Amino acid sequence: MSIFQITLVVAMVMLSVSLMLTAIRFYLGPTLPDRVTSFDLFVANVIGIILIYTELTDNQDFIDVAMILSLFGFLGSISFAYYLMRTTK
Amino acid sequence: MEINWLLLREIISCAFILIGVSFMLIASIGLLRFPDFYIRMSAITKGSTLGLGFILLGMGIYFNQADVLLKVLLIILFTSATAPVAAHVIGRTAVQNKIPFWNRTDLSEFREYLAKWHLEQLVNQDKYREEELAKKQSDESEVADTAGKA
Repeated sequence: MSIFQITLVVAMVMLSVSLMLTAIRFYLGPTLPDRVTSFDLFVANVIGIILIYTELTDNQDFIDVAMILSLFGFLGSISFAYYLMRTTK
Repeated sequence: MEINWLLLREIISCAFILIGVSFMLIASIGLLRFPDFYIRMSAITKGSTLGLGFILLGMGIYFNQADVLLKVLLIILFTSATAPVAAHVIGRTAVQNKIPFWNRTDLSEFREYLAKWHLEQLVNQDKYREEELAKKQSDESEVADTAGKA
Protein backbone atom coordinates (compact mmCIF):
# COMPACT_ATOMS: atom_id res chain seq x y z
CA MET A 1 0.00 0.00 0.00
CA SER A 2 1.26 3.43 -0.87
CA ILE A 3 1.04 6.44 1.43
CA PHE A 4 -1.87 7.73 -0.65
CA GLN A 5 -4.00 4.66 -0.01
CA ILE A 6 -3.06 4.63 3.68
CA THR A 7 -4.18 8.26 3.99
CA LEU A 8 -7.52 7.46 2.35
CA VAL A 9 -8.07 4.49 4.65
CA VAL A 10 -7.27 6.68 7.67
CA ALA A 11 -9.84 9.22 6.41
CA MET A 12 -12.43 6.45 6.08
CA VAL A 13 -11.70 5.31 9.62
CA MET A 14 -12.19 8.87 10.92
CA LEU A 15 -15.52 9.10 9.08
CA SER A 16 -16.57 5.77 10.59
CA VAL A 17 -15.78 7.08 14.08
CA SER A 18 -17.90 10.16 13.43
CA LEU A 19 -20.68 7.87 12.15
CA MET A 20 -20.52 6.02 15.46
CA LEU A 21 -20.73 9.28 17.46
CA THR A 22 -23.76 10.25 15.38
CA ALA A 23 -25.34 6.88 16.11
CA ILE A 24 -24.83 7.47 19.84
CA ARG A 25 -26.66 10.80 19.56
CA PHE A 26 -29.38 9.05 17.52
CA TYR A 27 -29.80 6.60 20.40
CA LEU A 28 -29.67 9.21 23.19
CA GLY A 29 -31.49 12.09 21.47
CA PRO A 30 -34.07 13.36 23.93
CA THR A 31 -36.47 14.62 21.27
CA LEU A 32 -37.53 13.67 17.76
CA PRO A 33 -35.94 16.69 15.95
CA ASP A 34 -32.61 15.64 17.46
CA ARG A 35 -32.96 12.31 15.73
CA VAL A 36 -33.91 13.95 12.44
CA THR A 37 -30.82 16.20 12.46
CA SER A 38 -28.56 13.31 13.44
CA PHE A 39 -30.00 11.40 10.50
CA ASP A 40 -28.99 14.37 8.34
CA LEU A 41 -25.41 14.09 9.56
CA PHE A 42 -25.60 10.33 9.01
CA VAL A 43 -26.37 10.86 5.34
CA ALA A 44 -23.55 13.42 5.01
CA ASN A 45 -21.06 10.96 6.55
CA VAL A 46 -22.18 8.16 4.25
CA ILE A 47 -21.73 10.48 1.24
CA GLY A 48 -18.19 11.21 2.43
CA ILE A 49 -17.39 7.50 2.79
CA ILE A 50 -18.75 6.81 -0.71
CA LEU A 51 -16.59 9.61 -2.17
CA ILE A 52 -13.43 8.36 -0.50
CA TYR A 53 -14.20 4.84 -1.69
CA THR A 54 -14.60 6.22 -5.21
CA GLU A 55 -11.14 7.75 -5.01
CA LEU A 56 -9.67 4.58 -3.52
CA THR A 57 -10.98 2.26 -6.25
CA ASP A 58 -10.81 4.72 -9.21
CA ASN A 59 -14.37 3.81 -10.16
CA GLN A 60 -16.29 6.89 -11.21
CA ASP A 61 -19.77 5.33 -11.15
CA PHE A 62 -20.16 5.95 -7.43
CA ILE A 63 -20.30 9.74 -7.82
CA ASP A 64 -23.86 9.42 -9.13
CA VAL A 65 -24.72 7.42 -6.01
CA ALA A 66 -23.43 10.30 -3.86
CA MET A 67 -25.52 12.80 -5.85
CA ILE A 68 -28.74 10.81 -5.47
CA LEU A 69 -28.02 10.22 -1.78
CA SER A 70 -27.61 13.94 -1.06
CA LEU A 71 -30.95 14.57 -2.81
CA PHE A 72 -32.71 11.89 -0.78
CA GLY A 73 -31.26 13.09 2.52
CA PHE A 74 -32.68 16.55 1.90
CA LEU A 75 -36.08 15.10 0.94
CA GLY A 76 -36.11 12.90 4.05
CA SER A 77 -35.43 15.68 6.52
CA ILE A 78 -37.92 18.07 4.83
CA SER A 79 -40.68 15.49 4.76
CA PHE A 80 -40.05 14.56 8.39
CA ALA A 81 -40.24 18.21 9.46
CA TYR A 82 -43.48 18.62 7.50
CA TYR A 83 -44.92 15.50 9.15
CA LEU A 84 -43.97 16.79 12.63
CA MET A 85 -45.57 20.16 11.88
CA ARG A 86 -48.77 18.53 10.69
CA THR A 87 -49.21 16.04 13.53
CA THR A 88 -48.72 18.41 16.45
CA LYS A 89 -50.88 21.31 15.24
CA MET B 1 12.95 19.31 -14.57
CA GLU B 2 10.03 16.93 -14.84
CA ILE B 3 7.10 17.37 -12.46
CA ASN B 4 5.28 14.26 -11.31
CA TRP B 5 1.69 15.47 -11.82
CA LEU B 6 0.06 12.33 -10.42
CA LEU B 7 2.01 12.63 -7.16
CA LEU B 8 1.14 16.34 -6.93
CA ARG B 9 -2.57 15.63 -7.45
CA GLU B 10 -2.47 12.85 -4.87
CA ILE B 11 -0.85 15.12 -2.28
CA ILE B 12 -3.29 18.01 -2.84
CA SER B 13 -6.29 15.67 -2.84
CA CYS B 14 -5.14 13.98 0.37
CA ALA B 15 -4.72 17.35 2.09
CA PHE B 16 -8.22 18.45 1.07
CA ILE B 17 -9.75 15.14 2.13
CA LEU B 18 -8.04 15.18 5.53
CA ILE B 19 -9.24 18.76 6.18
CA GLY B 20 -12.80 17.81 5.20
CA VAL B 21 -12.83 14.66 7.29
CA SER B 22 -11.60 16.51 10.36
CA PHE B 23 -14.42 19.05 9.89
CA MET B 24 -16.93 16.18 9.77
CA LEU B 25 -15.40 14.66 12.91
CA ILE B 26 -15.61 18.01 14.72
CA ALA B 27 -19.24 18.34 13.62
CA SER B 28 -20.20 14.97 15.04
CA ILE B 29 -18.33 15.63 18.29
CA GLY B 30 -20.35 18.84 18.51
CA LEU B 31 -23.54 16.90 17.85
CA LEU B 32 -22.68 14.64 20.76
CA ARG B 33 -21.46 17.24 23.25
CA PHE B 34 -23.52 20.43 22.85
CA PRO B 35 -26.27 21.02 25.41
CA ASP B 36 -29.25 22.06 23.33
CA PHE B 37 -31.08 21.01 20.18
CA TYR B 38 -30.66 24.38 18.43
CA ILE B 39 -26.91 24.66 19.13
CA ARG B 40 -26.39 21.07 17.96
CA MET B 41 -28.30 21.80 14.77
CA SER B 42 -26.21 24.87 13.94
CA ALA B 43 -22.98 22.94 14.61
CA ILE B 44 -23.77 20.02 12.34
CA THR B 45 -25.22 22.15 9.54
CA LYS B 46 -22.13 24.33 9.15
CA GLY B 47 -19.57 21.61 9.89
CA SER B 48 -20.99 18.92 7.63
CA THR B 49 -21.52 21.29 4.69
CA LEU B 50 -17.93 22.59 4.84
CA GLY B 51 -16.47 19.12 5.38
CA LEU B 52 -18.40 17.59 2.50
CA GLY B 53 -17.32 20.48 0.24
CA PHE B 54 -13.66 19.87 1.07
CA ILE B 55 -13.94 16.11 0.44
CA LEU B 56 -15.69 16.69 -2.89
CA LEU B 57 -13.09 19.25 -4.00
CA GLY B 58 -10.29 16.85 -3.15
CA MET B 59 -11.90 14.12 -5.21
CA GLY B 60 -12.47 16.43 -8.17
CA ILE B 61 -8.81 17.48 -8.09
CA TYR B 62 -7.65 13.87 -8.05
CA PHE B 63 -9.67 12.69 -11.07
CA ASN B 64 -8.64 15.68 -13.24
CA GLN B 65 -11.54 15.32 -15.71
CA ALA B 66 -14.12 17.86 -16.74
CA ASP B 67 -17.24 15.74 -16.22
CA VAL B 68 -16.19 14.61 -12.74
CA LEU B 69 -15.46 18.22 -11.78
CA LEU B 70 -18.90 19.28 -13.09
CA LYS B 71 -20.61 16.59 -11.02
CA VAL B 72 -18.58 17.64 -7.97
CA LEU B 73 -19.56 21.29 -8.40
CA LEU B 74 -23.20 20.22 -8.82
CA ILE B 75 -23.13 18.26 -5.57
CA ILE B 76 -21.42 21.17 -3.74
CA LEU B 77 -24.04 23.63 -5.05
CA PHE B 78 -26.86 21.29 -4.11
CA THR B 79 -25.56 20.60 -0.60
CA SER B 80 -24.85 24.24 0.20
CA ALA B 81 -28.32 25.21 -1.05
CA THR B 82 -30.30 22.51 0.73
CA ALA B 83 -28.57 22.15 4.12
CA PRO B 84 -29.57 25.63 5.42
CA VAL B 85 -33.12 25.13 4.14
CA ALA B 86 -33.47 21.81 5.94
CA ALA B 87 -31.97 23.27 9.14
CA HIS B 88 -34.35 26.23 9.00
CA VAL B 89 -37.41 24.02 8.52
CA ILE B 90 -36.44 21.65 11.34
CA GLY B 91 -35.62 24.54 13.68
CA ARG B 92 -38.97 26.16 12.95
CA THR B 93 -40.74 22.89 13.65
CA ALA B 94 -38.80 22.53 16.89
CA VAL B 95 -39.84 26.00 18.07
CA GLN B 96 -43.44 25.17 17.25
CA ASN B 97 -43.19 21.87 19.13
CA LYS B 98 -41.82 23.67 22.23
CA ILE B 99 -38.42 21.99 22.30
CA PRO B 100 -36.70 23.61 25.32
CA PHE B 101 -33.86 26.11 24.91
CA TRP B 102 -30.66 25.94 26.92
CA ASN B 103 -31.06 28.10 30.03
CA ARG B 104 -27.98 30.22 29.20
CA THR B 105 -29.16 31.15 25.70
CA ASP B 106 -29.73 34.89 25.24
CA LEU B 107 -33.35 35.04 24.10
CA SER B 108 -34.07 38.79 24.42
CA GLU B 109 -34.40 39.47 20.67
CA PHE B 110 -36.46 36.34 20.18
CA ARG B 111 -38.78 37.37 23.02
CA GLU B 112 -39.23 40.84 21.47
CA TYR B 113 -40.15 39.19 18.16
CA LEU B 114 -42.63 36.88 19.85
CA ALA B 115 -44.19 39.74 21.83
CA LYS B 116 -44.55 41.71 18.61
CA TRP B 117 -46.51 38.88 16.98
CA HIS B 118 -48.28 37.66 20.17
CA LEU B 119 -46.62 34.26 20.20
CA GLU B 120 -45.38 34.24 23.81
CA GLN B 121 -46.58 30.75 24.62
CA LEU B 122 -43.97 29.24 22.28
CA VAL B 123 -40.89 29.82 24.45
CA ASN B 124 -39.93 27.10 26.85
CA GLN B 125 -36.59 27.82 28.43
CA ASP B 126 -37.34 26.83 32.00
CA LYS B 127 -37.54 23.07 31.59
CA TYR B 128 -33.89 22.37 32.39
CA ARG B 129 -34.00 24.76 35.35
CA GLU B 130 -37.12 23.02 36.67
CA GLU B 131 -35.41 19.65 36.38
CA GLU B 132 -32.39 20.96 38.30
CA LEU B 133 -34.65 22.38 41.00
CA ALA B 134 -36.55 19.12 41.32
CA LYS B 135 -33.29 17.18 41.60
CA LYS B 136 -31.98 19.56 44.27
CA GLN B 137 -35.23 19.34 46.23
CA SER B 138 -35.25 15.56 46.14
CA ASP B 139 -31.64 15.51 47.36
CA GLU B 140 -32.53 17.86 50.21
CA SER B 141 -35.54 15.75 51.20
CA GLU B 142 -33.35 12.63 51.23
CA VAL B 143 -30.89 14.40 53.48
CA ALA B 144 -33.75 15.50 55.73
CA ASP B 145 -35.11 11.94 55.85
CA THR B 146 -31.78 10.48 56.88
CA ALA B 147 -31.39 13.24 59.48
CA GLY B 148 -34.88 12.53 60.86
CA LYS B 149 -34.17 8.80 61.13
CA ALA B 150 -30.92 9.53 62.93
